[in-house]
Amino acid sequence: MSGLEFILDGERAVAPAGSTLIRALSANGVETPTLCYLEHTSAPNVCRVCVVEVEGSRPLVPACSRLLEEGMVVSSDSSRVRHARKLVFEMLASSVDLSLVSEETGAWMREYDVDPGRFGPTLRTDGPAASMRPGHHERPDGLSFASVAQPPLIQDDLYVRDYAKCILCYQCVNACGPEAQNTFAISVAGRGFEARISTEFEIGLPDSACVYCGNCIAVCPTGALIPRTEFDLRASGGWAADRQSVTRTVCPYCGVGCNLELTVQDGAIVRVDSPLDHDVTSGNLCIKGRFGFSHVGAQPRSEPA
Amino acid sequence: MDLHFADAEATEAERAAVDRFMSAHASETGPTKAARLERPRSRERRDLLLPGLHALQAAIGWISHGALNYLGAAIAVPPADAYGVASFYSMFSLTPQAPNVLHVCDDIACRANGALEVVDECERVFGPEGSGDSVTWHRSPCLGRCDRAPALFVQRAGEDDFDHGPVHADLSGRAIDGLAELEGMNIDLGIERSATPQGQAEVRLLRRIVERIDPSSLEGYRANGGYAALHRAVEMGAESIRDLISESGLTGRGGAGFPTGLKWKMAAAEAAPRFVIANADESEPGTFKDRVLIEQDPFALIEALTIAGVSVGAEKGFIYLRGEYPVAGRRLEAALAAARDAGLLGRDLFGRGISFDIELRIGAGAYICGEETALFNSIEGYRGEPRNKPPYPTQVGLFGRPTVVNNVETLLNVLFIIMEGADEYRRLGTPTSPGTKVFSVSGHVAKPGVYEVPFGTPLQDLLALAGGMRKETGGMRNITSFGSVLLGGAAGTFLGPEALDLPLANEAAIERNASLGSGAVVVFDTETDMFEMVSRIAAFFRDESCGQCAPCRIGTVRQEELMVRVGSGFDSGGLIREVGRAMTDASICGLGQTASNAVVSALDLGLIGGDA
Amino acid sequence: MWLGIDVGSDIALANAVGREIIAAGLTNDEFIRSATTGFDQYQESVEPWTLERGEAVTGVPAEGIRELAHAYAKAGTAQLCWTLGITEHHNGSDNVFALINLALLTGHVGRYGSGLVPIRGQNNVQGGGDMGALPNKLPGFQDVENDELRSKFELAWGSPLPAKNGWNISQMFDAMEQGDLRSLYVIGENPAQSEAQAERVRDLLRGLDSLIVQDLYLTKTAELADVVLPAAASWAEADGTVTSSERRVQRVRKAVEAPEGARADTDILSAVASRLGTDLGEPSAEEIWNELRKLSPMHAGMSYARLEAEGGLQWPCRSEDDPGDLFLHGRLWANPPEGPLAPFVPVEHVAPVDELTEEYPIRLTTGRHLESYNTGVQTGQMSSPKRLGGTIDLDPHDVRNLGVEAGEVVRVISRRGAVEAPVRVDRNLRPGLAFMAFHFPEEVDVNVLTIDAWDPRSGTAEFKASAIRVEKIGA
Repeated sequence: MSGLEFILDGERAVAPAGSTLIRALSANGVETPTLCYLEHTSAPNVCRVCVVEVEGSRPLVPACSRLLEEGMVVSSDSSRVRHARKLVFEMLASSVDLSLVSEETGAWMREYDVDPGRFGPTLRTDGPAASMRPGHHERPDGLSFASVAQPPLIQDDLYVRDYAKCILCYQCVNACGPEAQNTFAISVAGRGFEARISTEFEIGLPDSACVYCGNCIAVCPTGALIPRTEFDLRASGGWAADRQSVTRTVCPYCGVGCNLELTVQDGAIVRVDSPLDHDVTSGNLCIKGRFGFSHVGAQPRSEPA
Repeated sequence: MDLHFADAEATEAERAAVDRFMSAHASETGPTKAARLERPRSRERRDLLLPGLHALQAAIGWISHGALNYLGAAIAVPPADAYGVASFYSMFSLTPQAPNVLHVCDDIACRANGALEVVDECERVFGPEGSGDSVTWHRSPCLGRCDRAPALFVQRAGEDDFDHGPVHADLSGRAIDGLAELEGMNIDLGIERSATPQGQAEVRLLRRIVERIDPSSLEGYRANGGYAALHRAVEMGAESIRDLISESGLTGRGGAGFPTGLKWKMAAAEAAPRFVIANADESEPGTFKDRVLIEQDPFALIEALTIAGVSVGAEKGFIYLRGEYPVAGRRLEAALAAARDAGLLGRDLFGRGISFDIELRIGAGAYICGEETALFNSIEGYRGEPRNKPPYPTQVGLFGRPTVVNNVETLLNVLFIIMEGADEYRRLGTPTSPGTKVFSVSGHVAKPGVYEVPFGTPLQDLLALAGGMRKETGGMRNITSFGSVLLGGAAGTFLGPEALDLPLANEAAIERNASLGSGAVVVFDTETDMFEMVSRIAAFFRDESCGQCAPCRIGTVRQEELMVRVGSGFDSGGLIREVGRAMTDASICGLGQTASNAVVSALDLGLIGGDA
Repeated sequence: MWLGIDVGSDIALANAVGREIIAAGLTNDEFIRSATTGFDQYQESVEPWTLERGEAVTGVPAEGIRELAHAYAKAGTAQLCWTLGITEHHNGSDNVFALINLALLTGHVGRYGSGLVPIRGQNNVQGGGDMGALPNKLPGFQDVENDELRSKFELAWGSPLPAKNGWNISQMFDAMEQGDLRSLYVIGENPAQSEAQAERVRDLLRGLDSLIVQDLYLTKTAELADVVLPAAASWAEADGTVTSSERRVQRVRKAVEAPEGARADTDILSAVASRLGTDLGEPSAEEIWNELRKLSPMHAGMSYARLEAEGGLQWPCRSEDDPGDLFLHGRLWANPPEGPLAPFVPVEHVAPVDELTEEYPIRLTTGRHLESYNTGVQTGQMSSPKRLGGTIDLDPHDVRNLGVEAGEVVRVISRRGAVEAPVRVDRNLRPGLAFMAFHFPEEVDVNVLTIDAWDPRSGTAEFKASAIRVEKIGA
């Protein structure tokens, strides 16, 4: 494989041709913060916390999707980079509930001394902004700062859409559409700060094209999409990561052989995922595999439904 | 794809509107029931989504769930996707609304001319924004009628849209049960009311307009030099045209200033099919030159885009016109039909085997769609969200093909260059900014309008051409002396009196941390409430951010919120500058990257803030 | 492209496609010459299947058949994938042969990306077959009636094995009817609800001398049983392996405890063996697997360690350094081909057994909903927002003609029985075509209607094609 030479933070570096900057940097020991990026899907390139400085480019460039070029001069830790990352994190954290992001992301936010409180108190909104006409908004009062806080959407027993945690990374829309399921039940609707993930005319998921594969849950980086079992346990304070184990097995429902990762707490399955790196289905499941687990476990069973 | 439509049926009128639209645009009409043989890919006409939504909005006055389902089934677009697109544009209503909708401009240039009084009057006459059974009203960002501020744009169900200005504040008398009357005022906006008061200086692009050639007549156009350039271009051949354009040093007039010849060469080097697009989505506040150029000389744009197509090797061109320009749209539509009838568009042009035709696409109220990659998505039937670059449009553009996007004004320069040559083109202007530039001058000047001057002309000379500061008041407060100018529109920068000697050329502007941008020049007197103006610009970007990338989506909100603090003296602007830097550095596209320019320059000039 | 084929005309469609491929000169002559036999007879057999005749029999426009034929033949790689809609017919095996013929015509077999892909309806149908849960096969598809192979197993297991093939499931019910089969041990199946012509099946099960059912649940079959052995769910309450459609063996692992008293299938079988006087010990899943690897050459290379490390392995995998085969039948492309050549098998279209008549004018086909599984024993426990329940799905025109409304309960009658079900309108159907899911036997006992006419080679009944009429209740 041919390697490309480039300059990374003042040092000579080499990475395979065809690498994105994020991979090229990682190959040279430099990690990059991410939120909307997943290894196995095409990069949405929207959260912009992965920006780096590339000589010759006026704006910073997203490491997740820019391809490495021979001779590039890349700075991963310049003051511009640190400033942009810090501010983007602060703006996100000031408007979105980031309490369920990964530990790595949390560490990056500490690294950049992220303080969303600099913007002052945030404003509670009470539901999706569907009624807002694009291009129109209420004038701010300067006292409180807009957020996407809203009650979670609980429309069935399988999963919850808690859009107060949504950073609008498009991963769920892509998973529902061309990346995985080809169902197109959800899209980004509205514009600007009122942009939101939605079905047509905000109809409930059960009435929509949704097939409850939950492949959107698998790619959600902020816990905005979450299985009902996990949501309820978290709400009641019963979710206990330290009492959980994860077991790999195979879905019982058809001949495809999808791998399952069963998260078990206190003898019961509380969440089902599929390994993103497994070549049978790359993390994708259907409704039965992801949610059809209530028939196993230690509770008595005698009657079929 | 297995399309799923929730239970919501279209009304007969909605079905009729979609069926009419489909029969005009596709061979098959109406949604077909699952037949014995279905080829979804051939049914998929996602590119018809935006015009289909226009058809529904125009016929019914709003777009219902049932109507969206029916349209989605006809063009095989999932309803959630169609909703995502429909809800992106401010000209589409997804809830029932009055059949007559006034879009009242309250943006900077109109605001400098009493727009807020019109807003108050609308509220008094029609009730709160968005209410009303037969007439409703909404505030609007700049409508591109700054030469006749304050302006409004009227969207009507079942009738042609129209625009109007200047609007006097006493709407009650003539008001909108007198819609016809308002429209009547618009009927002959010909030369008398046109925004080209310029007469004395040397003009190139504005020549036919200044000479008052009938814009509706192909014969008139031809009799005044029209289509000579296309004939000469066809004689020259594609490569020679590209060389000539390169030699002339023509650069893009949309704001970025990229060399046009190089752009054409890059696209021509890629494999066919290729596309050429005239970007007429003129939405930069304070900018209206392209509207005037199209309304008064529509054939020139068609001829110039045809030359671009011939030169780049494209068989299809698009003109993407902003939706708030109804007159320009109707004139272009008529001109395209006339050109087709005359054999100037279509197959085997001039017996040389050249095929080229143009499709007019109408935007629907989204500033971002002037960004070239957002414009591609809009034409393709996706949300008007910018794409990541690279790849660049000349490599991967519209429908994934090599595409040249040129601003209207850029294209019109091509006609001059082909007829008069590169040397003559360079005779005016500066070595690095050759040629002329058309400026939209508005605000507190005596003669707001479109002015064509050589690059390098000092700002004060341009303002003098526009009659200097206005004396008469039009019923408002007295206008005082020059206070500041916003150069380049909302994405541009404020300049003070010390900049009056600034030569209007790209390189000179950059030296002063400014940019000519779209050529908008909005002038304010010393008594203007600049905090109000800058706040309006902040609100504009918050409204027009597409929402795709986090820095711009949230940054534009925070910028406007922090403006309130600056205004009340709680903040000297430190945090607002931090937010601005992050937007400039980390946003995907030019919107976010320039959204803080005006605010930061106003802080720098001391127009706002300062005492924290 | 979607072709709205009439139920039960698959062979007609395949033959018309085959004829068009030949007529258009799109055959892979080199492959046919070197790797197949019987082309001439095949060509002769499909000669009458013009596009027009194809259209007349299948309902698919001739133009669509032509388009399919050309697209398939010209594709660089192409796969024919099918599920039970092909196999659950009285001539299901012939349906499959008709498809194989197309792959042989075009060489779309035995190459990466091309092939014939029966998609398995259950997670371990393939594995069950691999393990010899077939009337004529020992583990690893080794023939029961091959003395040498059989004696290998007899030696390993220290016990004589029946020298003759056993019965498939359809033959078993016939044998029950004849009184030749008196005891039945059912593991993880629910034939009282899943088999065609359900009333007959239940009568036969009731008439057995002894019925033993081993299952997760007290199913309808278990309710009829003399002995019920509660079992653990193999995919989450026990260890072992399953084999997917692509012949990939993967590990299943115990994640949770089974309910009290429920035991892993292997435990139960060992305990039963011990009561019958044979001590099999208490072997672990891996120990049992390792015994299989010794006896089944195609599994020999699949150690638990490798299954773990490599995310599963596809058979044949003959040794520890064998990566397994991504696809089968590559031998046909060797020059000359290794092993026997692939025969064309000419097959004739025969309409479904259950004829459409004036009395029974509607074609009923049964099948699945995405969110449910088989007779609903497992998925019934899931609170699904997409559950449609037991309905009779009809085209809007049929609904109108019947004078009924969506949701109205109607009587559905076949030559074998009648059920009542609410009407669901489905625009994806056509007049004269009805659909019922078999997931909800408690609500609507669909298999009362289906016909048990079965394919003599596969033993599979014609679930996919019954003739029914629908009556408004109280009309």
